[in-house]
Amino acid sequence: MADQQVHMRVWRGDVTGGEFKDYRIDVGEGQVVLDVIHAIQAQQANDLAVRWNCKAGKCGSCSAEINGKPRLMCMTRMNTFQPGETITVSPMKTFPIIRDLVTDVSFNFRKAREVPAFKPKPKDADGKRRMYQEDIDRVQEFHKCIECFLCQNVCHVIRDHEDNKQSFAGPRLFVRLAALEMHPLDSNDRMELIKQKAGLGFCNITKCCTEVCPEHIHITDNAIIPLKERVVDRYYDPIAKLLGLYSKKTSE
Amino acid sequence: MAEAKYETHEYDVVIIGAGGAGLRAAVEASALGAKTALVCKSLLGKAHTVMAEGGIAAAMGNVYPEDNWKVHFRDTMRGGKLLNNWRMAQLHAQEAPDRVLELEEWGALFDRTKDGLILQRDFGGHRYARLAHVGDRTGLEMIRTLQQHAVHKGIDVYMECNLQRLLTDGGRISGAFGYWRESGKFILFKCKAVVLATGGGGKAWKVTSNSWEYSGDGVTMAADAGADLMDMEFMQFHPTGMVWPPSVRGILVTEGVRGDGGTLKNTKGERFMFNYIPEFFRAETAETEKEADAWYEDKRNRRTPDLLPRDEVARAINSEVKAGRGTPHGGVFLDIASRRPADYIQRRLPSMYHQFKELADVDITKEPMEVGPTCHYSMGGVRVDADSTATTVPGLFAAGEVAAGLHGANRLGGNSLSDLLVFGRRAGLYAAEYAKSIKGALSVNNDQVDSYARDMLAPFEAKGSENPYKIHADLQDCMQNLVGIIRIESELKQALEILQQLKQRSKNVKVEGNRHFNTGWHLALDLHSLLTFAESATLAAIERKESRGGHTRDDFPNTDAKFAKVNIVVRKSADGMRLTQEPLPEMPEELKALLEENK
Repeated sequence: MADQQVHMRVWRGDVTGGEFKDYRIDVGEGQVVLDVIHAIQAQQANDLAVRWNCKAGKCGSCSAEINGKPRLMCMTRMNTFQPGETITVSPMKTFPIIRDLVTDVSFNFRKAREVPAFKPKPKDADGKRRMYQEDIDRVQEFHKCIECFLCQNVCHVIRDHEDNKQSFAGPRLFVRLAALEMHPLDSNDRMELIKQKAGLGFCNITKCCTEVCPEHIHITDNAIIPLKERVVDRYYDPIAKLLGLYSKKTSE
Repeated sequence: MAEAKYETHEYDVVIIGAGGAGLRAAVEASALGAKTALVCKSLLGKAHTVMAEGGIAAAMGNVYPEDNWKVHFRDTMRGGKLLNNWRMAQLHAQEAPDRVLELEEWGALFDRTKDGLILQRDFGGHRYARLAHVGDRTGLEMIRTLQQHAVHKGIDVYMECNLQRLLTDGGRISGAFGYWRESGKFILFKCKAVVLATGGGGKAWKVTSNSWEYSGDGVTMAADAGADLMDMEFMQFHPTGMVWPPSVRGILVTEGVRGDGGTLKNTKGERFMFNYIPEFFRAETAETEKEADAWYEDKRNRRTPDLLPRDEVARAINSEVKAGRGTPHGGVFLDIASRRPADYIQRRLPSMYHQFKELADVDITKEPMEVGPTCHYSMGGVRVDADSTATTVPGLFAAGEVAAGLHGANRLGGNSLSDLLVFGRRAGLYAAEYAKSIKGALSVNNDQVDSYARDMLAPFEAKGSENPYKIHADLQDCMQNLVGIIRIESELKQALEILQQLKQRSKNVKVEGNRHFNTGWHLALDLHSLLTFAESATLAAIERKESRGGHTRDDFPNTDAKFAKVNIVVRKSADGMRLTQEPLPEMPEELKALLEENK
């Protein structure tokens, strides 16, 4: 296939401001948006700032908004656009800009530090640990997360309300918390964190996060809603309260 | 004073690189009370480890109770064509099971056997199903587990911070110097010990599974500081990278596809690997398709030649394509669709399914994949002491891909993740102990630091007009075409000449813009390490006049007993790189006996 030229509009700028710049560039067969960004970098704008690593959807570095949609640049094929279509690439909106397509995602790392570590139960009598595949399938789904932070980017609780970042951890962290809560060996209690500091209650399950997840994790249905149920069981279930029976695994 | 001029931090141990080895080293060093910094070029959790697919090799015996460290040791040595450092291979095989179990203590969730234990999968060159895994995303599980464990251990993490030069004081390590990617400002670490955990230099080749980070930094920093490099001629070309479309050429296709039943075929539909069984592995390899398929059911049968060590399979694919039996895109077929049910494939290989579907429009449950060799792993690197990972420079340690020795002439799949854990831990341990033994104030040579800073800013002031991306592309072409899978002296010498020209050109690199997250500048600075890595690999390839493991010479197609006894060592001096052949350490008799067992 002969190379085709496309019109790309790429946001260039920093914390002081910026604008979309136009680039016309040849596209080869099978290329993805990240290939085209790299070509612009090599041929027309050596200093174009972009993050990337694996180029195969495994590391979650190259998140951006392509024609306004949050996506991984390495997994967005150029042939998904109409011939002649102008393609815009801009940085994730929810995070402060550093430069061009690179944003300050440290918010996510700060929130991760606040999650109490995994704390395993005692081993079996013979010193081994046993877990059955059917008991870990649902947690393994959460462990697929590549930390691209697209779910955080699209979550309107923080996308449109910067102030909420203080008291809201976001879908990525809810997936992490669900993974720990449902881990068959974990014995730590994080319910207070989930309810208060992580701000699970802010989420009104619009499923925007699930829609953009490149790993197709069912964030809302499998992580957030079960966590919400656990919060209800723990803090609002009158019978459990009465009997003082509540322990972290009650909803299982 | 350098401290007044540059942002300065003081630590006992600075670990450069935050993949599996760096993270594991940091956990260990900090547990021993060393004040520890972990410095990485990307965000935490994005290092190359995250891309590892197949699994962690560890003789836990959960699937085959016959398995034990002795068999793993034997497999590793034979896979490395006996050029491995025997002591590293022994420690690795002995300690890997504990390191895997430790990950489970920290929250990792491996796939399970029916009895609830960690499931183990088949891989090339391993006698028994041995790889602890999570589908085909084991590296992600490993790095995330280590990362989440490490952040609670009081380790200071410096993300997107690129250290480029080591500082020495009286011949021993006293610090490291580099820059923040975001601001472009310099940063100086004063420290007693440095652990290199920087990975390899595969980005010097064009068709590669390696990311931008694999620019040979660790090898170069070590060589610049006077440390020995070893086995640089041994580069692993993984037999199965994607070949089509062109934009994904080189992206890895896990060996787990073959471990789980996939076979290699040429365009005539032949399972050609039966024609490429070397004498060295003949006794343990199946001769017919029927025999090979029986092995999938019971590992006491002889194994399929599809799972010969990677060097053998990569050469075989190369030969098939050269003989005209390859696909039009220059690969061969890897077929699991006709051999396993669709739901099995999706469960065992979810990320391969996803990768081919999204990037190549290929449904691997219905059609074969097209694959070909891709530059993947450097067996060579910094020469280290087997037990302590100490390099030949006091205070400098190295673990993981950046270190040489464990894998000899060829690495077995799955032995990399276990390497990271076993020797990452040892590096953290011995670096912390070394740091404790150093008394008195550290001194940093101000002139040394200032001259590094000047070098690093040169691309902004250069009079030339060279584009760093163009030089990198020319380097990749050179290494791909002249220092590839099959090598010959005339081409290797031609490569050396081109490398000299590229070095000259790299002095005239001009970068535009300012220091703020300037990727062109970052690449311009990486050229020094990419070129150093490439040059040492090429020189060592000329020196080893035989074919062995990940080094195949068209002009010396056989192994040579003379070279079976030596490592090629590279040292940098004022007038360039010097090579010596140094004898392998003598293996104890009881370990020699293990190699003879179960041939």
